[in-house]
Amino acid sequence: MGRYVLRRLLQLVPVFIGTTFLIYVLVWAIPGDPFAAKCGDRPCPPAYIAEMREKFNLDDNIFSQYFQYLGNLVTGDFGETFSGLQVSDLIADAYPTTIRLAVLALLIEAVIGLTAGVFTGLRGGGFVDNLVLVSTLFLIAVPVFVTGFVIQTFLGLRWGIISPTVSIDPTWGELIAPAFVLGSLSMAYVTRLMRTSIAENQRADYVRTAVAKGLAPRRVVGVHLLRNSAIPVITFLGTDLGALMGGAIVTEGIFNIRGIGGLVFRAIVTKEGITVTGVVVLLVIVYLLMNLLVDVLYAVLDPRIRLD
Amino acid sequence: MRSRRVAASLAVGVSVALFASACGGGGGDSAGGAGGDGAATTISVYSTEPENPLVPSNTNEVGGGRVIDALFSYLVGYEAEDAAPYNDVAESIETTDSQNYTITLKDWTFHDGTPVTSSSFVDAWNFAAYGPNAQQNSSFFSQIQGFADVNPTDPDGESGPAEAPAPAAETMSGLQVVDDKTFTVALTAPFSVFPTTLGYSAFAPLPESFFTDQAAFEAAPIGNGPFRYVDRQPGANITVETWADFPGERKPQVGGVEFRSYASPEAGYADLVAGNLDYMEQLPPSALVGRLFEQDLAGRNSNTTYLGMNTIAFPIYDPKYADPRVRVALSMAIDRQAVSDQVYDGLRDPAAGIVPPGLDGYVDGQCGENCTYNPDRAKQLLAEAGFTGPIELTSNADGAGNQEVFQAFCISITNATGLECNFVPVPTFAEFRTTINAREATTPFRTGWSADYPSIENFLNPLYRTGASANDGEYSNPQVDALLAQGDAAPSPDAAFGFYQEAERLILQDMPTIPTFYSNTQAGWSPRMSTATTNQFRELDLITAAVSE
Repeated sequence: MGRYVLRRLLQLVPVFIGTTFLIYVLVWAIPGDPFAAKCGDRPCPPAYIAEMREKFNLDDNIFSQYFQYLGNLVTGDFGETFSGLQVSDLIADAYPTTIRLAVLALLIEAVIGLTAGVFTGLRGGGFVDNLVLVSTLFLIAVPVFVTGFVIQTFLGLRWGIISPTVSIDPTWGELIAPAFVLGSLSMAYVTRLMRTSIAENQRADYVRTAVAKGLAPRRVVGVHLLRNSAIPVITFLGTDLGALMGGAIVTEGIFNIRGIGGLVFRAIVTKEGITVTGVVVLLVIVYLLMNLLVDVLYAVLDPRIRLD
Repeated sequence: MRSRRVAASLAVGVSVALFASACGGGGGDSAGGAGGDGAATTISVYSTEPENPLVPSNTNEVGGGRVIDALFSYLVGYEAEDAAPYNDVAESIETTDSQNYTITLKDWTFHDGTPVTSSSFVDAWNFAAYGPNAQQNSSFFSQIQGFADVNPTDPDGESGPAEAPAPAAETMSGLQVVDDKTFTVALTAPFSVFPTTLGYSAFAPLPESFFTDQAAFEAAPIGNGPFRYVDRQPGANITVETWADFPGERKPQVGGVEFRSYASPEAGYADLVAGNLDYMEQLPPSALVGRLFEQDLAGRNSNTTYLGMNTIAFPIYDPKYADPRVRVALSMAIDRQAVSDQVYDGLRDPAAGIVPPGLDGYVDGQCGENCTYNPDRAKQLLAEAGFTGPIELTSNADGAGNQEVFQAFCISITNATGLECNFVPVPTFAEFRTTINAREATTPFRTGWSADYPSIENFLNPLYRTGASANDGEYSNPQVDALLAQGDAAPSPDAAFGFYQEAERLILQDMPTIPTFYSNTQAGWSPRMSTATTNQFRELDLITAAVSE
């Protein structure tokens, strides 16, 4: 197990370099000069443009730019934005909020999704099953920004139950509505996944054996059935946390959450490759660690799976 | 079995710790929503993240400009309602020939207690103009004698291989300190509007500490304005408080201002309606549809013009649009009122000139029949010029509402002339400006202009003079240049009006840009604000802003 984890951690290095390089190149390839639009409807003074291009190495070739950046990154220097702010400060300010939002979204989708999935999987075909099927289909069909605006408009503006946007240092309570919006799509998938998995495994040999042994139904479902059915769902939830952190751009925009999503969005618009790469580096790390965690959890849930 | 369990629970534990450490902090409440007694209340204002360090000469976008205007007082101030200039830090600005100015100062200090002297201005201006300092607003000093020495131009143009030569001097010869309270400015040519320009943020004074430690200044700017810098949370807000010892005559009524960054105007609008935000100077397009904002913000909204223009510029360097008759015909083919009604619910005013109303020296209807919808005359002019289309109009699509209005222009042109007209969007403003700055446009394109300072001159010289900084279409007419020069040389701004107005009429005959709409803004404020005046630069007038609680 220890060797396995170490090997996986080492694999982080090439993935890390590959992704950051790709992102750097992609940002660099966005058409239009970042300084063409900086002075509004008139061109910026040539001296200003020359100085900024020099400062951010924009005249070097892309490989040289990237390696200079990577060199700084390894020493912990994330660089600074065009407006002179430290990218590390920006990330440090934005990250806690986004993590809280993502964890909350994950909790909501896990609790509601798993409950609904188990319930409908055990008793398929009834009214509740159909209701859940229709409502999850609805959630999957509606884009996140629609869900977001609807919730903001009705709960926030028309009925005044929640504040339409969150404050600068949001409390957990304020983040519930945005987290629900963020997690709604995955919640529907978790429900469906869990339902199918339970329904399938219900007819499995080991369940029949457990019932035949005369175990209490609670123990059959709770230990034998759930534990085996949870594996695909855990995979989904694990990778989803990474997706939630990176994919929060829309939700964070609607509810004006000062998180990673908004930071990346602004940086892409202003072509600040340095900020974009800095954030993506962290997202990649979170993603890889979550994947590792998921793999380790497999072995816990199903001892037949061996990692070494 | 056992060891595997331990390892797994370890892995879980580590990841939990990872999150827990990142989740620390938080709590705290947002400022602005909470009220205190009326006199000391902080109001929250919609804003965006500054794009540049908070240095006056390096800021020319609204997110940072708003903060700079709160932190600094300039030689000249402008009235909120009509932008009429008055002396603020300046005791007097005197000239006999519109070329040599003597400026005397009032007793004034910076927030750190050091006095505002002639050197505060002269040093700041020299810093701003000096080429290697690479300030965005350096061109505002180009009329001062010696500018060419500190900011030499590239001999073969920006695209040429040669680099601009090193500056021959560090300071401009046209700026002379006479004593602590007096300095003189010599311009390269007469410029009658010069005193009016001095209220622009590029001309702000800087304290001595700026020159010793610029990084510290950028982290905590020290100004001489009605508000003092408190703190900043990047991506979230910038807070300033009212400066108790402010020497100016017009003192703010509120205790402070929080400039709150929003990811989108829609989010800001939602907060405004809910009363979480106190002021927003431009409501998002979604709130204008069906005039929704008038219901959402009943009794706390306004629709006013400000000093700005919307135009469509022609690439005159492209032979297709070199004939003035084609340009005039297209202007006549646009039914401005119909477009305003369809796209803006009638909230925009059709333009009848290239100078917005609300300016001293503005004359109504300068464009005459050239800006009046007249399909028959348009067709006739196009036939005379032998123009056979098709026409493409272009704009960046990332600006709110650009797409809709340009499609409407095209429909109007097609209906009036029978020519095929297509709107070709460019995804981003950066891409759009890259093409225009490189003079590679092949189709008429969207342009706009907001005043740097309240003068009719600011809508002509930078845009239509041969080789001017924002003359995107390469328009050139010697007669216009001559009239603009005469206006600049007039003994006073009032005496200059006649020349500028005549230049405007001449320009509109050539139609290098089609004036479409005067800029309107729909502002909204929270119920607790008793006075919220949107000034002519589309900002909240922070001096008269007041809350009732």
